Amino acid sequence: MEVSSQYAAWSVRSLFNQRLGRWFFCLVAIAFTLSIPVITIALSVLEPFSDTWRHLASTVLSSYITHSLLLMLGVAIGTFTLGVSCAWFTCMYDFPGRKVLEWALLLPMAMPAYIIAYAYTGALDFAGPIQTAIRDTFNVDYGDYWFPEIRSLGGAVVMFSLVLYPYVYLIVRAAFMSQSHAILEVSRSLGNGPWRTFYAVALPAARPAIVAGMTLALMETLADYGTVQYFGVSTFTTGIFRTWFGLGDLTAAAQLSSFLLFFVVLLIVIERISRKKMQFHHLGQKRSYQRPTLTGSARWLCFTVCVLPLLFGFILPAIQLFLWVLETWQTSFDAAFFTLVQHSISLAAVAAILCVLLAVIVCFSARLAGNNRIALFFLRVSTLGYAVPGTVIAVGVLIPLAALDNGIDSWLRSNTTFVAGLLFSGTLFAVIVAYIVRFLSVSVQSIEAGFSQIHTSIDDSARTLGRKPLGVLLKVHLPMLKTSLIAAGLLVFVDVMKELPTTLILRPFNFNTLAVRAYELASDERLADAATPAIAIVLTGLIPVFLLFRTMRGASKSH
Amino acid sequence: MIKPRSMTAFLMASVWLASLASSFSVQAQTNNVSALSGEVNVYSARKEALIKPLLDDFTAQTGVKVNLVTGKGDALLTRLTSEGKNTPADVLITTDVGRLERAKAAGVLQAVNNQDLNQSIPATYRDEAGFWYGLSLRSRVIVFNPKKVQKNQLSTYADLADPKWKRQICIRSSSNIYNQSLVSSMIAHDGLAQTEAWINGLVANFARPPRGGDRDQIKAVAAGQCNIAVVNSYYLGAMLNSSNAKEQAAAKKVTLFWPNQGESERGTHMNISGAGITQYAKNKDSALALVQFLSNDKAQQWYGEQNNEYPVRNNITPSQTLKAWGDFKADSLPVDKLAKYNTDAVKAMDRAGWK
Repeated sequence: MEVSSQYAAWSVRSLFNQRLGRWFFCLVAIAFTLSIPVITIALSVLEPFSDTWRHLASTVLSSYITHSLLLMLGVAIGTFTLGVSCAWFTCMYDFPGRKVLEWALLLPMAMPAYIIAYAYTGALDFAGPIQTAIRDTFNVDYGDYWFPEIRSLGGAVVMFSLVLYPYVYLIVRAAFMSQSHAILEVSRSLGNGPWRTFYAVALPAARPAIVAGMTLALMETLADYGTVQYFGVSTFTTGIFRTWFGLGDLTAAAQLSSFLLFFVVLLIVIERISRKKMQFHHLGQKRSYQRPTLTGSARWLCFTVCVLPLLFGFILPAIQLFLWVLETWQTSFDAAFFTLVQHSISLAAVAAILCVLLAVIVCFSARLAGNNRIALFFLRVSTLGYAVPGTVIAVGVLIPLAALDNGIDSWLRSNTTFVAGLLFSGTLFAVIVAYIVRFLSVSVQSIEAGFSQIHTSIDDSARTLGRKPLGVLLKVHLPMLKTSLIAAGLLVFVDVMKELPTTLILRPFNFNTLAVRAYELASDERLADAATPAIAIVLTGLIPVFLLFRTMRGASKSH
Repeated sequence: MIKPRSMTAFLMASVWLASLASSFSVQAQTNNVSALSGEVNVYSARKEALIKPLLDDFTAQTGVKVNLVTGKGDALLTRLTSEGKNTPADVLITTDVGRLERAKAAGVLQAVNNQDLNQSIPATYRDEAGFWYGLSLRSRVIVFNPKKVQKNQLSTYADLADPKWKRQICIRSSSNIYNQSLVSSMIAHDGLAQTEAWINGLVANFARPPRGGDRDQIKAVAAGQCNIAVVNSYYLGAMLNSSNAKEQAAAKKVTLFWPNQGESERGTHMNISGAGITQYAKNKDSALALVQFLSNDKAQQWYGEQNNEYPVRNNITPSQTLKAWGDFKADSLPVDKLAKYNTDAVKAMDRAGWK
């Protein structure tokens, strides 16, 4: 009793502590604002469960759950294996092609899952060139030979793993790079082999990074609609759309979404538990690390392991897209096309900058509060939107914003002669709010991982030397966080470039983006015509990847 | 020192201003010219490529500027509903009757009941009270591989449930609206029990689990994975006219069959794409002019030439591709019945395990 009342007194005091209070207020305000769309959806649980629910529960609900779980399991294994192995090899060893692979391994990030799915289906489907060639060469027919079915749950796992592993690779590599190599050297000098050093020392120390990367990958998987829909895999998202569009029951669809939210919360809890009470920072002086040059079969093994994800995650699908573009570029490459590029890039840039700013504020506020439970709770709440399908977010943004607009309008009408109409909804403001709700998590994951590498003793020293919290943030933390900040911004940028459903629903009149154009063509089953905007998304996605690489390189040189 | 609170406020304000500024030019125009009806705002579920050229023509002819947002029918409807009386939209265009009926039920459309439209568009393809009007027709047909199947073996949709077609039929997911409306039409004609038995038979005849779109089903028939597929005819038309040689070749390997053509049968299942004028349209006159424009001779012909859809009016010369497919009897079921049974259809397909 006494302990808990002391705890309560302490947290109340810390809440009202002047300096802490301001930051804490920011955190709560941001978390509250950004969670309005999610809350709008979650509140649907309180509404009466309609007949639709009984129907879903007795027919398809169990397959939604199993498929979603299997998909997540598969993608978890896939992204872990690809991401961590590539990060470790490129970080620790020198082998042929390492310098190129180091950055080239990020390329699949620019490839949206739905686009890689189109490319592979075009090539590997029953009616595609490869299987047709097999049938013609060996003179066999349908059912006479075995060929993996690309449009299946397994196929979806492979597609997601190929484009999402860079999240793990990027974050884990940064962790490996900043791990004090002294620890690894100590491990080696204590007689541990490279394998043991890897799994007994480096891997546990990189755990927050690994979990952060995988959490991002899994949330993207959960929120995906385009790929699973195209592959005919019935997951939660396809179920939500089916309930909304087919059964015409938006409430039941929102209720399904809140069950999806439950999965997200579960993921977050798992992440929290996995890094519970562990402190990860490195005090040692970072010294330049001389990578041992591999010889013999080891170097070819390393090369192969690192080149395969690149080949299948980027090069081959890019070739397929390029072939399609050659077929259709005359018709799809016009002046309007550049407007699309401009729209996509400016939306992505604005969203990226805002997400980074907000992420810094929430992460720093939580840190000031000593990362106590309440602060972390609000931090998590502000990032819930990431795993919610874009369409659901869009509805969650649309309903409250339109209500606000209509409220303002009718107040103005009754009190003034001014007619406001719709101020927010139907403008880019709504689109950007939705992006922030959806992608803040991406920037928070990266920046939080960055913060966790800075020991709190540094804050204390700075405070002792008379810096106010903001001063600590601006003068001490931000310079140390440079890599994380840029990584965070770029991840958001790429995500927004690829984003589709939210943009589709919320955008203003006469406003299109590359993703919208690609989707319209692809959903009309004109894959070849969709290739030009698709490849433009991929190419624009490459710009941040190159910048990202330059910072990675800069960071590794500065040590 | 900048306080974090004011920083946040500043940020939010600047985004808001930026977005307002960008949308303001459009809004300012809307407000100025709306008195002259110089503008009309359209929410369209028809994709940009399949509506924009017509809208441009309309602007060229009338001087009325058309602002366009495209999207999925239900998403646009949700947007329309939550924007309420302040919605900027004057016209809602959808690609199936179900969404038009939902919009009508949600109270976001108004009954126009325009005499010209009532005369030019057959009653089967418009709302009785004039809440919405059909613009083009989409027929759901059977395609088959002539090397494996004889034309005289085919007859009706109902026949596709016959065990003789075991492992021979390709059809896309039951999430697709055109499958839903086909099943709705079966329920409307034959009742739920009989339709449910039919779905079970059909699912048992699937050559593979449903995946991909209608073009994929056609390609699967061409490649020999299945002998029969159920698709919307305009996809076949698009493939036949495709610039992609492989698509064209695949389309040429299959033959189109009009189901339910027998003396006593009801005809091939049709869905519509259509338009309604919103309840709170600010530019009602221009909106009405646009809907009339979209149903005039030239536009009716355009749907056929650009997308191989059939006109809702019967005095229109069909495109080359449509001519080649010949005449057929269309189901005369009023299309609003399709909307009525949509939920029953989806549930029945769920129960039968049609993915």
